[in-house]
Amino acid sequence: MNFRIDRRDLLKASGAMAMTLAAPSILRAQGATVKVGVLEPLTGNLAYNGTQSAAGAKFAADKINAAGGIKSMNGAMIELVVVDAQSRPEVAASSVDTLAQAGVVAFTGATASSLGLASSQAAAKYDLAQVFSIGTAETVVERGLPNVFRFTPGVNKCTSVALENLKLLNQGAGNVVKTAAIVHEDGPFGSNMAKILATELPKQGIEVVETISHPTPHRDFSNIALRVKASKADILIPSNYLNEYTLMARSLRQQRVELKAIYSILGGAASNIKFVRENQEVAQYVMDCNHWYDPNKDESKALAETTAAAGLDLTYDVMVSYATIQVIADALERSGSDDRKKMLEALAASTFDGSIMPYGPTKFVNGDNVNSRPVNTQIRGEKIEVVFPKEFASAEPVFPIPAAQ
Amino acid sequence: MSSLILPAVLSGLMMGAVYALIALGLTLIYGVLHIINFAHGSLLMLALFAAYFLHYQLGIDPYLAIPIVLPVFFALGYALQRGLISPMSSGSEQNVLLITLALSMIIDNLALYFWTSNTRTVDIPYAYDTVEILGAYLPLGRVIAFVAALAAAPLLWLFMSRTRIGSAIRAVAIEKRGAELVGIDVNHTYAVCFGIGTACVALAACLLLPTFYVTPQVGYTFVLVAFTTVVLGGMGSLLGALVAGLLLGVIESLCGLFLGESLGQIGIFLAFILILLFKPSGLLGKVGR
Repeated sequence: MNFRIDRRDLLKASGAMAMTLAAPSILRAQGATVKVGVLEPLTGNLAYNGTQSAAGAKFAADKINAAGGIKSMNGAMIELVVVDAQSRPEVAASSVDTLAQAGVVAFTGATASSLGLASSQAAAKYDLAQVFSIGTAETVVERGLPNVFRFTPGVNKCTSVALENLKLLNQGAGNVVKTAAIVHEDGPFGSNMAKILATELPKQGIEVVETISHPTPHRDFSNIALRVKASKADILIPSNYLNEYTLMARSLRQQRVELKAIYSILGGAASNIKFVRENQEVAQYVMDCNHWYDPNKDESKALAETTAAAGLDLTYDVMVSYATIQVIADALERSGSDDRKKMLEALAASTFDGSIMPYGPTKFVNGDNVNSRPVNTQIRGEKIEVVFPKEFASAEPVFPIPAAQ
Repeated sequence: MSSLILPAVLSGLMMGAVYALIALGLTLIYGVLHIINFAHGSLLMLALFAAYFLHYQLGIDPYLAIPIVLPVFFALGYALQRGLISPMSSGSEQNVLLITLALSMIIDNLALYFWTSNTRTVDIPYAYDTVEILGAYLPLGRVIAFVAALAAAPLLWLFMSRTRIGSAIRAVAIEKRGAELVGIDVNHTYAVCFGIGTACVALAACLLLPTFYVTPQVGYTFVLVAFTTVVLGGMGSLLGALVAGLLLGVIESLCGLFLGESLGQIGIFLAFILILLFKPSGLLGKVGR
């Protein structure tokens, strides 16, 4: 076998060798990377929310990297490892293996409690921290797992804050709301919420005059609208998902149901700008108590611009996912290491107060951020404004609805 | 509660008309040709998206989109049967079942990939308009769908019973080999029937869109009740599908009112079992066919 090396081959080989030898120094000059997982449902029935969340995580990582990366780790860049949970809990659990093998130090996710419950359980065996973007079910933080860090509020806090805010709003309006109708989906989310409301509303002097459950999906809300109308309730408190909320809102209008307010808690539609755009008439003045950022912060405004430039809707998924990457970056900054156990310790001791969310300094107690809180939003024109509490408000609340005054 | 009975019956009739419209296409494909078309819901979803994008991109009203969407979906149905279902099934009913199931999964997942799972609705000026009948407010879109269903079922029946292609479809359905022997192009006839059925589902989509939403999963919301309507009405009976659709709509509405909305759909299947117990061929089905 003969080998013939001419001048050009020699030059090419020399160049390649020089590049290989120089590579470590080039990498050192750029700073190492630290891998952070993003486990979201990018396909399946939660794909919209998951895709929005993944975009939020990317925007945060880009921002942090553009500002010089993790400084305590010699400017290490955050490298996101994005994995699709396919809207299925078993896939969410098995995806954790992929993340662990990829060498992530922590991960954010996973839009729905059912997915997060499965993934955090699987991540526990790797000492891998999951910073929950959304995981409202209280079981998320009731299992005693040391790798669970729920940054956003759970259903109990959201409901109690929503009721407290409703009380203040009603008092401010001279207690015009005296009766309520509850319309809820018949799954655990809606049924549990309805039970809490049925117990707590009378304590505020609001009588529950009608409670209607419906399946998901549900094709026709005419009867429900008629029953709400017949109940003569002052306020409607819905707990259902986007599709059903959309049909319900339309039926209420068609059946000429007059309400002083529609007040949802963790509503599927009232905090969705697409619903607002496509259902302008029925969406007006609908209030929601939900996850939302502090619109007055400069970084929040920058996120709004970045999201618009990317052609995406600014939903709370984008916001909370952005914030969870901020929390992880802060923990990395303090631990100065990509060691998973050190990450768990850093998150457990987190007092981070620089996120875009309207929260106090982060304080995880049994994995639950006790200083998180939801806010009240209200649909006004083509915008979703924060109306409560006052320190974060971008608009004054309108309560009751003007037409009903 | 008694004051709500009449409005509930009327809104049930309106919803039932939607069931009937969706079932008309299925009764041709499933009832006449005995093709268990699992992709019927997915085709409904595709047609809803077609009408949605015509409105969103070009500002075409869903009702005015009917002359555009119908021929396109006829061609789609024809091509699916001629180019995919027929050659791949090799005449086996089990194969047809698997092919249409696979087709439904492919269509649904492609829709999810390209259009995401977000809910879309059309913002039209008459979205909240109602028609007052006997003191009940009925959504204008539903009333239009009701009238269209009342018109579509007899028209389709006339087409099937008075035209050559209608006769050919019926001949193929009754005796395929015999139809072939008298010179009927069986493959073409099957494809035409599948095309008409798909066009019917496109008509249903255009009439449904003003009062409903569209997501890649929306087909599942209607497909089971559509199959129920076809069997209850009598396999292959167009007028039976209309009567069954209206009946199921009213039953569902009244059960929802008295038993709670969560139990409303139980009424549909209870009625289905009871009626078939006493009339196994369905409401207007022919015995022994």
